[in-house]
Amino acid sequence: MTYIAKPKFHHPGLKKNELGYTHRDYEGKISTLCAGCGHDSITASIIEACYELSIEPHRVAKISGIGCSSKTPDYFLGNSHGFNSVHGRMPSVLTGANLANRDLIYLGVSGDGDSASIGFGQFAHSIRRGVNMTYIVENNGVYGLTKGQFSATADRGSKSKKGVTNTDNAIDLVAIALQLGATFVARSFSGDKSQLVPLIAAAIGHKGASFIDVISPCIAFNNHAGSTKSFDYVREHNDAVNRLDVLVGRDPIAVDYAPGTVQVVEQHDGSKIALRKIDADYDPHDRLGAQTFLQKHAAKGQIVTGLLYVDPDAEDLHTHLNTVETPLNTMEADTLCPGSAALDKFNASLR
Amino acid sequence: MSDKKPLSSVNDFVVRFANVNGSGSASANEMFARAILRHGVPVSPRNIFPSNIQGLPTWYEVRVTEDGHLGARGGVDMMVAMNPQTWDKDIAGIEPGGYLFYDSTKPMPSTKFRDDITVIGVPLTAITNSTYTDPRQRQLFKNIIYLGSLSALLDMDPKLIEQLIGEQYKGKEKLLSSNVHALHLGRDWALQNLKCPIGLRVKKTDKVGDRIFIEGNSAAALGAVYGGATVCAWYPITPSSSVAEAFTAHCKKYRHDPETGKAKYAIVQGEDELASIGIVIGASWNGARAFTATSGPGISLMTEFIGLSYFAEIPAVIMNIQRAGPSTGMPTRTQQCDIIACAYASHGDTKHVLLFPEDPAEAFEFAAAAFDLAERLQTTIFLMLDLDIGMNHRLCRPLKWDDAKQYDRGKVMTTEMLEEGRDFGRYLDVDGDGIPYRTYPGTHPTKGSYFTRGTSRDRYARYSEEGSVYADNMQRLVRKFETAQDLVPRPLQANAERPTKYGVIYFGSTSPAMDEAIGLLEARGHQLDRLRIRAFPFHSSVASFLAEHDFVYVVEQNRDAQLRQLIVNENGIDPVRLVPIVHYDGTPITARYIAKAIGDHQDHLKVTPLRKAVS
Ligand SMILES: Cc1ncc(C[n+]2csc(CCOP(=O)(O)OP(=O)(O)O)c2C)c(N)n1
Ligand code: SF4
Repeated sequence: MTYIAKPKFHHPGLKKNELGYTHRDYEGKISTLCAGCGHDSITASIIEACYELSIEPHRVAKISGIGCSSKTPDYFLGNSHGFNSVHGRMPSVLTGANLANRDLIYLGVSGDGDSASIGFGQFAHSIRRGVNMTYIVENNGVYGLTKGQFSATADRGSKSKKGVTNTDNAIDLVAIALQLGATFVARSFSGDKSQLVPLIAAAIGHKGASFIDVISPCIAFNNHAGSTKSFDYVREHNDAVNRLDVLVGRDPIAVDYAPGTVQVVEQHDGSKIALRKIDADYDPHDRLGAQTFLQKHAAKGQIVTGLLYVDPDAEDLHTHLNTVETPLNTMEADTLCPGSAALDKFNASLR
Repeated sequence: MSDKKPLSSVNDFVVRFANVNGSGSASANEMFARAILRHGVPVSPRNIFPSNIQGLPTWYEVRVTEDGHLGARGGVDMMVAMNPQTWDKDIAGIEPGGYLFYDSTKPMPSTKFRDDITVIGVPLTAITNSTYTDPRQRQLFKNIIYLGSLSALLDMDPKLIEQLIGEQYKGKEKLLSSNVHALHLGRDWALQNLKCPIGLRVKKTDKVGDRIFIEGNSAAALGAVYGGATVCAWYPITPSSSVAEAFTAHCKKYRHDPETGKAKYAIVQGEDELASIGIVIGASWNGARAFTATSGPGISLMTEFIGLSYFAEIPAVIMNIQRAGPSTGMPTRTQQCDIIACAYASHGDTKHVLLFPEDPAEAFEFAAAAFDLAERLQTTIFLMLDLDIGMNHRLCRPLKWDDAKQYDRGKVMTTEMLEEGRDFGRYLDVDGDGIPYRTYPGTHPTKGSYFTRGTSRDRYARYSEEGSVYADNMQRLVRKFETAQDLVPRPLQANAERPTKYGVIYFGSTSPAMDEAIGLLEARGHQLDRLRIRAFPFHSSVASFLAEHDFVYVVEQNRDAQLRQLIVNENGIDPVRLVPIVHYDGTPITARYIAKAIGDHQDHLKVTPLRKAVS
């Protein structure tokens, strides 16, 4: 059950990161999801990425909507504030939180039902506003929590567990995020930790709207033959365009790949992404190219994964609104209130 | 030939301007109202406009009222009929003995007039066309020309209008002089060709005092600035849009860092009301003061989030500028019709705090106070305005602020408190007032973090669907609502000159009409004690007031007597003793209406006095 906390005991020999934190410091409560659920692997990847980045756990605000996926913030970063809001509305809550305090790290976790159906609008608008966040959709193509209905990301022609064929077209959240101007767009697979962990780390370092669509099989309702979001199907159809490593600002870049196959992208916060190209022609700085590439591969039934687009010089909503550097939530009457003298003047102008 | 003696009155009459939307008349009409104020005579203007943009009719009504009655009066003493489309209806609305002012460039058949009114024609189009060639100029200056003619007819001091024009076009010399010129074109024509002044006159006095002239929405928005709101998310809807627009303007003026030029606020036009309230809740959860402004349809959309704010105990401020519902109703007409929808918004057992300001001055104060209340009570606070106060200029006392005032951030547990080892249970009632402590995200590396959710949880914010745990939480929320009673603005009572068994309860924008109605009722021999409710939950004095009177009238602007329902529901009172007086055609309630409704009921009571049963 969710309220069972993990034992606090730390093995003295556990590896520590730069802040002296161990892996355990990034864990949360024990998961209540089905054993084998893809979402739990994503939880593990988030823990890993935060550990590797040496993030102070309490500096993260983790916000979600409603669904199995949206429950997961309870299972990582136990020392962070979490917010399980209402179905589909994580993006607005996160936007507000971000406006209140620009200094924290904002992690939005959502499901495909949450983001592609009831919350499709909020997903789109938070992306187009450039909210500085890492927005992860744990995409299983079904409504897990309400037991197996098709979601809007279920592929046309794919089958439900009961054998019903989906006749609606699918929404590809990655394509939409690209179209809406997300400045960091990636797709990955919950079963591919080596790809997912650095993607999450790079997204956290990105200043702007980062979106990661993670195919995350629902073993209870969407892991059968005929599903295009099952473990087997994704493994067979996965076509990675790149693999990456994230190097925090201070680290020297060790280029141990053949020239021409690695590309270093320096992000706003000083972190560097070393992209190992698998597809030699793929250019992650070309938004239009990414869109076409995706469509071509989707038509062939392939799932393109990797960092699909990044604009390392992105701006965020605070830049657009020209807000002060000081977090708004720390300001008091002395800085915010114009005072009685200004009010007297105002009154005088209304006579 | 007139069947009725022309009306004659100094500083007490109603002028209504009938215009076509988009003709640029609004600023000339408003200048007319302001010019009268500059004579020291109170005015109460109202915009009457349909929900469309161009070409359809609009009216602007100015009640000139030396006695300072700021409610609508009803009836029109002088009609400035500038819209041929509404001509017949406009003419019919003039009081017997009243005046009609019209553009006489094209002659009208006599059947188009009435015998019992005085018709005043000024060839406005002819004057304009002979002076201006540019079509837009012709349209705009025609309005100033009729203002000039009216100033002569009503015996107004042209210097005061010139002064106003001077202030409006300060630094734009060309516009200034051309407006003054147009004013005199109209004025001189009237002086030379008509009998000036007429029976209705404006005479200088000193009845305005230091009062200010402001719209409720602008005042509420300034209240948000003074109250420390830093995040505003909104979605356009009449009649609330001008709250966000005014907040933007006030922030631009008052909230930029002088050194960097950066904004100490964030305003987002949400994609809808769901997003707007979501942003407010996210920002408030993270310790910023945040609000949204909306109207009925927006409230409907926000209800799921309002329930979350209630149950997860997150502050939020919603300014609801009410308009006539249900559904899209009459978008540009006023009502007080969202009382129940807001008091009990969302599914499950919920109750919310409502504030009812009576005028812009209170809108300012209550708006500022709403942020303290929201943080103190960690819940949604509704500021309930309506179109009548929100979108019309009102004369009200000057806005006041105490510079010693600090914001009440409520019960927030800080890093230091956590370090001291204070027990932090997010939903723990440490003080017995039902209000728990909260922490802001990012407060402490190992203490004080918790998971916010709309699902049931225990006192330490741990997920739980245990029945007793849920009930414990719901009981605490009741205690918290009881605490709110003493924190919200109290009702104000005013007693009749003689002891009476009858009382009247009213609230919000009904106030000025009610004040005036009391005078009319006294003249009819009816004495009433009155209680103006300023907030929900109701203070205990509401129950006492009910107990002290045999009958209490509840005056409100909606069909179903929603405030009465709320009083009955919350006080467990016998509904028979609460007499509903309702007005809901979308126009603001008038003193005449209230006095007639209560007066008739009182007369009836006197004819058939209630007798004690004889045993
Ligand atoms: C307004 C509203 N409608 C419906 C629901 C019921 N509901 C809960 S979770 C969910 C779907 C979750 O699907 P998804 O976001 O894909 O997450 P998953 O459980 O698959 O991880 C639905 C429809 C709700 N909680 N709120
Ligand atoms: S139902 Fe599906 S999505 Fe939900 S926990 Fe089980 S496997 Fe995961």
